[in-house]
Amino acid sequence: MRNYKNVIAAYSIMIFLIMLVGIFQSWSIALTILNYCLISAVMTIGANIQWGYAGLINFGIMGYTALGGLAVVLVSVEPVKKAWQVGGLNILACIWIIVAIIFVVKFILNRFDKSKLRNYSVASVILGGIILLRVTAAPGIEAIESVDPAKTGFLGGMGLPVLFSWIFGALLAGGLAFVIGKIALGLRADYLAIATLLIAEIIVSIIKHEEWLARGVKNVIGLKRPAPYEIDLQTSEWFINLVTKFNSSKLNLINSISDKQEALNQMVIDASSVYVKLCFTGLFLTVVIILLIVTQKALYSPWGRKMRAIRDNEEAASAMGKNIVKEHLLIFILGSAIVGLAGAMMVTNDGLFTPGSYRPMRYTFVIWVMVIVGGTGNNFGAILGGFVVWFLWVEAAPIALFLINLFTSHLPETNAVRVHLIESAPYFRFLVIGIGLLLIMRYRPQGIIPEKIIKQ
Amino acid sequence: MDFLNAIIVLFNFTVIPALAYGSQLALGAIFVTLIYAVLRFANFATGDMMSFGTMFAVILTYYFQSLGFGLGVLPTALLTIPFAILMMILYMLIIDKFVFSYYRIKKSPPVQFAMVSVGVMFVTQALIRIIIGPSDRRFLDGEKFIIKATEFKEMTGLAEGITLKSTQAITIIVTLIVVSIMFWFLNKTKTGTSMRAYSDNEDLALLSGIDPKRVVLITWVIAGILATIGGVLYGLDKSYRPFVYFNNMLPIFAAAIVGGIGNPFGAFLGGYVIAFAEIFVTYAYKRFISYLLPEHLEPDSLLQLLSTDYKFAVSFSILVIVLLIRPSGIFKGKVI
Repeated sequence: MRNYKNVIAAYSIMIFLIMLVGIFQSWSIALTILNYCLISAVMTIGANIQWGYAGLINFGIMGYTALGGLAVVLVSVEPVKKAWQVGGLNILACIWIIVAIIFVVKFILNRFDKSKLRNYSVASVILGGIILLRVTAAPGIEAIESVDPAKTGFLGGMGLPVLFSWIFGALLAGGLAFVIGKIALGLRADYLAIATLLIAEIIVSIIKHEEWLARGVKNVIGLKRPAPYEIDLQTSEWFINLVTKFNSSKLNLINSISDKQEALNQMVIDASSVYVKLCFTGLFLTVVIILLIVTQKALYSPWGRKMRAIRDNEEAASAMGKNIVKEHLLIFILGSAIVGLAGAMMVTNDGLFTPGSYRPMRYTFVIWVMVIVGGTGNNFGAILGGFVVWFLWVEAAPIALFLINLFTSHLPETNAVRVHLIESAPYFRFLVIGIGLLLIMRYRPQGIIPEKIIKQ
Repeated sequence: MDFLNAIIVLFNFTVIPALAYGSQLALGAIFVTLIYAVLRFANFATGDMMSFGTMFAVILTYYFQSLGFGLGVLPTALLTIPFAILMMILYMLIIDKFVFSYYRIKKSPPVQFAMVSVGVMFVTQALIRIIIGPSDRRFLDGEKFIIKATEFKEMTGLAEGITLKSTQAITIIVTLIVVSIMFWFLNKTKTGTSMRAYSDNEDLALLSGIDPKRVVLITWVIAGILATIGGVLYGLDKSYRPFVYFNNMLPIFAAAIVGGIGNPFGAFLGGYVIAFAEIFVTYAYKRFISYLLPEHLEPDSLLQLLSTDYKFAVSFSILVIVLLIRPSGIFKGKVI
């Protein structure tokens, strides 16, 4: 129990901070922050599996997050029948062509020895395939994108409940990680970082510009929710009764009936948004706890020990007969799948899919800061990192604004420096995160909650 | 005549822009590669450092303009570059003193350096946004064009014209001057040789009496010069926007790796490889082909391999292919 003292202390402080936000700003904001903290925690668990367990540096987190988001659209949106009619055949044909290209290339690679001729034939098959793809896809894409472009203009999804998309997002991200892992995992650490960063950028640009797939930069809005809608809550009997019950003491203070009704309405509106967010919090918390239990079990299993052995000394582990390439690929897939799950959770929480918002700053580097700050190789640390850094990321601007006002209060309102500083308050978050990262790297390189090695 | 027109179309819309863009990338790529060769880490703050240097040039340009200084037909920004370089070098040395030197003495693994440079990236980005703000700024003044399309058409009597913006010409000329001086410095001077020795084999270099502090200092000075000039040239040619500079880090990395990371000459050519690939793959060849083919064969489609949206994706794909086939880059890397 003594070992867990600092963990419990750190989490209590975090919860306390979020409650402070609830008291001073509003409970709705506090819950939004908490939900995002939980999503970030899932992402950091994924990144921590790769970096903390196996020492793989994956700067492609943005790509998997976006893919998870795409999964939500592909699974939960109702299919656009007309688009399928006009262009579905072409798209299906394209998928077959891609499969055919892969098989032909594989066949050539397996069948013939390494030679110049083989290289040229592989290159020509791929090039010919791409030209064939473009010719087949072009009329289909044009037809699909012209189906009611203001509202649809894409193929739509499968129309399934949105929770399925979380699993599908994880599968999709894992599948992509398999391909990328096959390509890039042999690279040296810093090469791998750059390669994954750039591949993620390619994925996002494909999602952004292939409008038949998920409307691209035109965004998909109004996605399904696993939680009730605020409007439905505000009109349902039981919810209004619940709110009345909770606030009966406050309501009793108001005398006139019309005032009472007005106050109640306001309370119901506030409470409905809090209620919806609480539903999400419950869902996310379940996911985080399940993941935490599984990853914690894995970490202290023989498999986890093997991973750490590989991380700490590849040659020695290899000499002991461990298949490093295979294990690295496996852990790369697992970690990426968890990040994909987080991406799907995030889009579900937002209720909209905006490919334009996927930027490496927010979805790769901030997540990495979370892992480093929290504690590499320790799941509790990684989750805490997600909480702390996300909290700072959101609250840095208001805190900076408060401090600026405090320190420049002796200056007149129109002072140029003061106005400029107040305008640039949102950017202090970069400063806080950057300095935080540098300080942690320097003075506590293992993170807030360092890795614990249990001697067995 | 048609053939000449076709060549001119191609020249005007692909070769000139690619040469200018390639020069800007090349300067950045040499910056990345130098840091990699001497200080041994992938600097993720590259884009933002270039942005930081450019920011001073922008501010000073505005200041000089308000004073009425200028270079006439040339942009005022050229006048401000030396001051901006000084500020940039100062910033880099401060960062090195307080951040990087600690890890260098401890001989940390390159991954840790990379993470630290991410921290520097955040801080630099914050400073830029707090000082100058995130908005788009143009600071080009003086003559805009050297050759205008209409003038060219009148002069030669061809149907197609060539436009040469002054920024493009300045970019190419300045890049050539800077890069030649740098190569002369690295290959011919004693300091340059000591840098190469340090990069090749640190222990041996220390044994033969090379002062590591001096090597690191000189590296940051050259890096500051390259970063600022590259950034200012890009800003003059397009516009100055911090977010774009951050994004430019990615093709710059691609250029450095394609050329063979650690090899300045490779990085120099890598910049042009990336730029030409990006522009040639995303250019619509319809007009070019229509001059070459007889009229009844004229194509209907744009004849574009990929839409311009995928500009970045092209360079990254090249990088992935190079990493797969020849991870050391086109020109064997890791020698300065």
